[in-house]
Amino acid sequence: MTVTEYERAPEIVAEGYDSATAAGLKALWETEPGIKGWFSTVDHKEIGIRYIVTAFAFLVAGGIEALIFRLQLAGPELHLLGPEQYNQLFTMHGVTMILWYAFPVLTGFSVFLQPLLLGTRDMAFPRLNAFTYWVFLFSGIFLYVGFALGSVPNAGWFNYTPLASRPFNSGFGIDFYALANILLGISTTLGSINFVVTILRERAPGMSINRLPIMSWGTLTISVGLIFSMPSVSLAFFFLWMDRRIGTHFFDGSGETQPLLWQHLFWIWGHPWVYAIVLPAISMISQILPVSCRRPLVGYTALALATVMTMVLGFGVWVHHMFATGLSSMALAFFGAVSILIVIPSAVSFFGWIATIWTGRPVLNTSFLFCAGFIIVFVIGGVSGFMTGSVPVDWQLTDTYFVVGHIHYVLIGWNLFAVMAGIYHWFPKMTGRLLDERIGRWNFWLMFIGFNVGFFPMHISGLLGMPRRVYTYPEGMGWDTLNLITTVGSYVFAIGFLLLIVNVVVSRRRGAIAGPNPWDADSLEWSTPSPPPPYNFVVIPAVASRSPLWEERLQAPENRSSIGEGMVLDHGKEIAATSAIDAQPEVILKMPEDSILPLLTALALTGVFAGGLGPMWWLVAASAVIALALTCVWLWPRDRLAQTARPHP
Amino acid sequence: MSELVLENRRLPTGSIGKLANGYWGMICFILTEAALFIYLQFAYYYHAVQPHQGPWPPEGIPSMRMALPNTILLLASSFVVWWGEHGTKHGRRSHQLLGLGIGFLMGAVFLGVQGLEWQNKTFGLTSGAYASLFFTVTGFHMAHVVVGLFLLLAVTVWSFLGYFGPARSAYVSIAAIYWHFVDAVWITVFFTLYLTPRLGLLWAAP
Repeated sequence: MTVTEYERAPEIVAEGYDSATAAGLKALWETEPGIKGWFSTVDHKEIGIRYIVTAFAFLVAGGIEALIFRLQLAGPELHLLGPEQYNQLFTMHGVTMILWYAFPVLTGFSVFLQPLLLGTRDMAFPRLNAFTYWVFLFSGIFLYVGFALGSVPNAGWFNYTPLASRPFNSGFGIDFYALANILLGISTTLGSINFVVTILRERAPGMSINRLPIMSWGTLTISVGLIFSMPSVSLAFFFLWMDRRIGTHFFDGSGETQPLLWQHLFWIWGHPWVYAIVLPAISMISQILPVSCRRPLVGYTALALATVMTMVLGFGVWVHHMFATGLSSMALAFFGAVSILIVIPSAVSFFGWIATIWTGRPVLNTSFLFCAGFIIVFVIGGVSGFMTGSVPVDWQLTDTYFVVGHIHYVLIGWNLFAVMAGIYHWFPKMTGRLLDERIGRWNFWLMFIGFNVGFFPMHISGLLGMPRRVYTYPEGMGWDTLNLITTVGSYVFAIGFLLLIVNVVVSRRRGAIAGPNPWDADSLEWSTPSPPPPYNFVVIPAVASRSPLWEERLQAPENRSSIGEGMVLDHGKEIAATSAIDAQPEVILKMPEDSILPLLTALALTGVFAGGLGPMWWLVAASAVIALALTCVWLWPRDRLAQTARPHP
Repeated sequence: MSELVLENRRLPTGSIGKLANGYWGMICFILTEAALFIYLQFAYYYHAVQPHQGPWPPEGIPSMRMALPNTILLLASSFVVWWGEHGTKHGRRSHQLLGLGIGFLMGAVFLGVQGLEWQNKTFGLTSGAYASLFFTVTGFHMAHVVVGLFLLLAVTVWSFLGYFGPARSAYVSIAAIYWHFVDAVWITVFFTLYLTPRLGLLWAAP
C-alpha cells in the first residue's frame, strides 16, 4: 500500500482527447458496462440525462391527465368524469407538473451541464448526486403507486387545510402526497447543496465569479433560495401527516388549531419555488440566446444581479397567494408592493434579451425560435402576474380561470419553452447528433400556436367569471366556445410536443453528426467532444474571460484562456477546487468512484417514508437502521481519498 | 481579479480542513436546518399570538428546573468538542479522544434529561395545539441531537482507530460544526418555549 499523497504540484501539459493521458483518464473515470455499472454510476452526464428523461415521463403522465379533463370541459354539462375523479385528476396534474416535472427537468440540465460549463469533471458530491436522482425517482413512483392503488390526493396541488385534514378527507391519498413531497424535498435540498458547493468551489482556475456562465447564476441563485425555503413545505406536510396519522392538532380545524398556518408555510416555500422552476430556465435562455445571435449577452452583470434580486424579492411575496383570506390591509399593501416590484428585475432580463437580438445577427434555428417564443409568452405571463399582484384586481380574479391562464403562461411559457430551446441546443452535446430542424419547425409552431390558442382564452373565461376547479359548468354562461377553443388548443399543443419525442427517437439514430461545437458557441462545454468523455476535460482549462471559445474574435491577444493546456490531474479521479470568488486553485480533490450505495440508501429512505403510511412503525425503524448502516459504510473515511491522517495497511 | 499562476504551484490533496467539499456541504446543510427551525418556531409564534380561550401556554409556564441546567450542559459540551477538535489538529491524541468522547457523553445526558422533561409533562402530543407544538419542536431538536451524537460517536471511534490527526481532520471539524449548530439552535428553542412566556409577550387577550 502506498503512502497517502498529501501534496503535490500538478503537472501542466498540453494534451488532446486522443492522447495516452486521455486513455488513462478514461480508464479512471469510465463506468463499467453492464447492469451493475448502470445502477452504480455517479457520472453527472448519465445522471443528468436520467433526470431529464424521468422528468419528461412525468410530464407525459401529467399531460395525459390534463388532456382527459380538458375533454370533460370541452362543452357544458359533460360527464366523462365524476366530480371526485375530476378532483383527483386536476390534483395529480398540478402536483406532477409542478413538483415532479418542472424542477427536476431543470435539475437534469444543470446536473448535465454545470460541471461542463465550469470546466470540471464532476459535481462536488458525485455519490450524493446519484442519491438525489434515485430519491427523486422513488418519490415519484411512490406518489403514482398511491394513484394505482386508488389513494389519490384530491385537494389541489396546494392542498389547503382543513379540506386536506382527516375529518374532511379520509383515505390515504393526501398521505401519499404528503410523504412523497417530503421525500422529494430531501432530494431537492441535497441537490441544491450539491449545486452550491459545485458552483462555488469547482470552477476552472481563473473563472472568477464575474466570469461565471450566466446559466450557472440561475442554478446558484435558486439553489441558495431552495436551501432556505424547502424546509417550510416539508414541515407543513410533516405537520399535516402528523395531524392525519398521529392525531396532533396543527391545522385540522378543531379547537385552537390554525388552518391558515398551512397556507403561510406552503406559500413561504411556494413562491420561491415558482422562481426555482423559472429562474434556471430563464438563465438557460440567457445562455443560448447569445449563441444564436452571434454576440455576447448584453448586460451580463445586470442580468446576473436581476436573477439574484428576483430570488431575494421572491421571499417577500408569498401572501399574494392569500390576498382573499382576510389578512390585515397592512400585510396586503406590503406584499402587493413587493409583488409588483418583481417586475423590475424581470424587465431587466427582458431588455437584455431584446438588446442581444437587436444588436446581434440571429440564426433562425429551432432553438432560437423557442427562445423567441419564450420571450413573447414571458411578457404575457409577466403582465398577467403584474395584474394579479394588485390587491383589488386579485380579489376579482382569484380562483378564476384567469389565474389558471397566468400559471400556465408562467409554468409552460417560462419553463417548458426554455427547456425545449435547451433540448434543441444541447441535444448534440448529450448524444453527438443534431436534432432534425425540419421536424423542429413543426415542433415549435404547433406548440407555440397550440399553447396560445389553448391558454390565452383562459384569461377571458376567468374575466367572465368561470371559477377554477369546477368539474363541469352549465350552458349559457358564455364559457362554452372559450372552453372548446382551450381544449382544441391543448390538443394541438400535445401533438406539437409529440413531435419532440419523434424527433428525439429519429435523430438519436439518424441525426447528423454534431462534432464538438455545431453552433460555434462560446462556453466551455463546447470545447469537449460530443458526447463528452467520462472525464469531461483532458486537462483542466484556465479561463480568462466570459466567452472562452470566442476570444480570438473578442479579446486582446494577451488575455486568452488556455483550453488545451492545463493541469492534468490523473493520480486517481481528481478535480481542482478553486476559491469561491477569484477561482484561484486551492486544493486537488479526490473524487469517489462508482457505487451501489446511493441506490441502496435511497431505497432504505423510501422504506422509511412508506412506513409513514399507516404508520407502520416496524418498517420505519427497520428502514432507518438500514439507511444508517449504509450511510456509515458510505462515509467511512478512506485513505485513497486522502480523508485520513495516516496510511494504514 | 488576481493573476492566475499555475506553474509549479504546490497544492494539498484530498479532504483538508475548511477546503474540503464536505465542510462546505455541511455549512449549507446547517443553513437549511437553521431555516427548518425558523419555520418550526414561526409555527409556534403563529399559534401563540392568536386569540386564545385561556392562557398561553394552556398548562402554565413550563418549568426551567431541568431545562436551564440542561441548557448549560449542552452549551458546555460545545466547548469540550471544540477542545477535542483542537487536539486533533495539533496531534494531541488524548485531547482528541477525551474531547470528542466526553462531548458525546454530555450530549447523551442532555438527551436523557430531555426524556425526563417529556415524561414529567401532564399533557401528551395530541392534547391540543400547544402540546403538539411543544413536543414537535423539542422532538425535532432531539432528533438533531441524535444525529449530532451519531456524528460525534463516529468521529470518536474513527479517532480511536487513528484515522485523524494534524494532516487530515476534516471529518472532525465537520462533526464539530454540526454539534455547535445543534447547541446554538437549542438556545433559540429554549428562548421560544421557556423564556417568551415569562416575558409576557405572547399572552394575547381572549
